[in-house]
Amino acid sequence: MLLGRVIGTVVPATQVAELAATPLLWVQPLDRNGRPEGDPLVCADGTRMAGPGQVIYWVASREAALALDPWFVPVDDAIVGLVDEVRLYSPQDSAE
Amino acid sequence: MILGRIAGSVVSTIHHPIVDGRKLLLAERLDAGGRPTGGYVIAIDAIGAGFGETVLILDEGNGARQILGDANAPVRSMVVGIVDAVELEAG
Repeated sequence: MLLGRVIGTVVPATQVAELAATPLLWVQPLDRNGRPEGDPLVCADGTRMAGPGQVIYWVASREAALALDPWFVPVDDAIVGLVDEVRLYSPQDSAE
Repeated sequence: MILGRIAGSVVSTIHHPIVDGRKLLLAERLDAGGRPTGGYVIAIDAIGAGFGETVLILDEGNGARQILGDANAPVRSMVVGIVDAVELEAG
């Protein structure tokens, strides 16, 4: 699982039937310090509670399909939970 | 599996039910010299690893689901071992 920040919502005009009940959010992946890293991706929201600005953690591939209810819909990234806080150990220790 | 070092933890109140009562650890990935690569992974703790410890991380979904005993768990990464030593052959 990796960190991300919701930067928008995605509303498809047309979609495959299996995706009809799936909320889609635009997510910017973050590094461990909360800085943007990599390209934004569209995540299905397994929690159904995330919104723009929210920091979340997400999974990809088969695990993403399992995160949703009903599960096994055709998605490749999904939000598993909302982040309240990331507690990092002392930066000196991890820099070594 | 990959080697990582526990750099922190992630606090989450709203999450998939499989995360209930489990600890999410933020582990930085290590290169062959034991240095952080800059990459990281958020993994569910299966053994009680603590800050600063070098750990063995399972990064594969089917194995993780086997440990969790839930065939439908949306989990790929788990901390499955605490590493005492890594011996690197010179050369």
